[in-house]
Amino acid sequence: MLKKVSTFWLAIVLAFVFYGVVQLLILNGFLNPFYTNTLIFICINIILAVSLHLVIGITGQFSIGHAGFLALGAYISAIMTMKLDMPFSFALFAGGIVAALAGLVVGIPSLRLRGDYLAIATLGFAEIIRIIFLNIDYVGGAAGMQVTHATTWTTSFLCLILTIVVIVNFTNSRHGRACISIRENEIAADAMGINTTYYKVAAFVIGSFFAGIAGGLYAHNFYIIQPANFGFLKSFDILILVVLGGLGSLSGAVISAILLTVVSTFLQELPETRMIIYSLVLVLVMLYRPQGLMGTREITDYFGNWKWKRVKGGNQYGG
Amino acid sequence: MEWLQQLFNGISLGSIYALIALGYTMVYGIIKLINFAHGEVFMIGSFTGFYAIAFWGLGFFPALILSMAVCAVFGVLIERVAYKRLRDSTRIAALITAIGVSLLIQYVVIYIRGAQPEAYPNVLPNRSFDVFGVQISSQSLLILVVSVVLMIVLQFIVHRTKIGKAMRAVSYDPDAAKLMGINVNNTISATFAIGSALAGAAGVIFGVYYTKIDPLMGVIPGLKAFIAAVLGGIGIIPGAVIGGFVLGIVETVVSALGFSLWRDAAAFIILILILIFRPSGIFGKNSKEKV
Repeated sequence: MLKKVSTFWLAIVLAFVFYGVVQLLILNGFLNPFYTNTLIFICINIILAVSLHLVIGITGQFSIGHAGFLALGAYISAIMTMKLDMPFSFALFAGGIVAALAGLVVGIPSLRLRGDYLAIATLGFAEIIRIIFLNIDYVGGAAGMQVTHATTWTTSFLCLILTIVVIVNFTNSRHGRACISIRENEIAADAMGINTTYYKVAAFVIGSFFAGIAGGLYAHNFYIIQPANFGFLKSFDILILVVLGGLGSLSGAVISAILLTVVSTFLQELPETRMIIYSLVLVLVMLYRPQGLMGTREITDYFGNWKWKRVKGGNQYGG
Repeated sequence: MEWLQQLFNGISLGSIYALIALGYTMVYGIIKLINFAHGEVFMIGSFTGFYAIAFWGLGFFPALILSMAVCAVFGVLIERVAYKRLRDSTRIAALITAIGVSLLIQYVVIYIRGAQPEAYPNVLPNRSFDVFGVQISSQSLLILVVSVVLMIVLQFIVHRTKIGKAMRAVSYDPDAAKLMGINVNNTISATFAIGSALAGAAGVIFGVYYTKIDPLMGVIPGLKAFIAAVLGGIGIIPGAVIGGFVLGIVETVVSALGFSLWRDAAAFIILILILIFRPSGIFGKNSKEKV
């Protein structure tokens, strides 16, 4: 027990050392705004990937409407800072809370559905959220909304650490194991006395909360947000991070988020090529390696007997 | 009279949704896959028709037949290359592949010819008839007739021919069909071919009716046709037709009431209501879940 706790703190300390080094480099001017921006973008994408990983990878509920919650977080936080003059940190939190509430409202009816139907229902909800923002003049309609630049490396990294800590601990808790059992076999989980609806909705709400946080960071990093930014393609961008990393692997989601963000940064001038590569990757991964890069394993599993497993958790051997 | 006019417009729009929805429903009925790439087959059909009319000077019907043929081949190609290996894998894997194929086709087309829209040439004579105060253009009448004829042909194929019988058998129980000597692979390919041909026809009709086509045109009609298929009960052929017409009429009515920006939302709200209250659709039967 002591060992587990200490490895957890070791990981936290290492993360903050990494944060300090990068922050120092930014302050010294070694990393120009382009690289800083890429780093922030990587953080946002990791938050999105990890939050969707909880829904798809851990609980096995195939949602392709994650961009809807991202949009909610982005718009709510932008309204908070731009219209109501609230501080940025509060705005981020508010975005997360509203997205989580929306997750609850969307999740309760739609999580009764399974597989394909659930996917289409979540897609439908995300489109409805987008169309609602498109039709509200208060937030600028189709033209979008101007947002100040407030996201820094510090805020995005703190949010990232918070997301990973919460989701890893959730996964390794009793609740997380219940979610994994739903992924493996919902009927069996039900028969074992697990309240499947409760856990599915819980995972969905937590995932939506962090998608909302990511939305706040996203809005305050881009100067302008438009409903068109949050269409089906955005959901697809998030989905591919989880699928490529391996359905059920948190570190896989993190690695593919880093990898694909870097790739798409270099392909920014060629959006078509980027989409062709993304969709090809998706099809080829499904055809030849359906378990993704990592399967349900975690990167720490490869370190042998370091006993990190329980910290990063979520694997099929009992988490 | 205003309402009758809207009803007629709704039926015209609905016939396009119905044609696309038939492909969704047939494919779902036979391999339980939501073929997301179906909207892209529709787009390819529309562009084939466009090139046939604008560059080769074909008339409406030759272009329609050409584009149906091209789409049939294209649909079978998609099935053989992408979906065939996934028949035994999880539903989610198949769904992800379908989404991937759909985006791949869209962006390959954009890569080849650019994203700019194209104006469909006017191939049909356009006269208006005045029936009970409703303006009916000869164009939309012809489109409606073509759609209905295609649906009747489909009904004939499914219920009166050998391949239709095979399709029904495979969709009922693939293993038993195999034991009875039915070539399951060919039957599935035939289903894709027929469904895609209908989507191709819908593409040409859409082009003639709305006169503007672009490489991303398949996404929204594709999704709405899927909604139509779910509405009627996915896997059930008459259900797809009825669902298409209902959806077309609802959308036209929503637009006519002055909420045209909410038109797409209306379709998705219908979808969600149907999924929550009657997931098996209007004509569907409830199925029990077996362990």
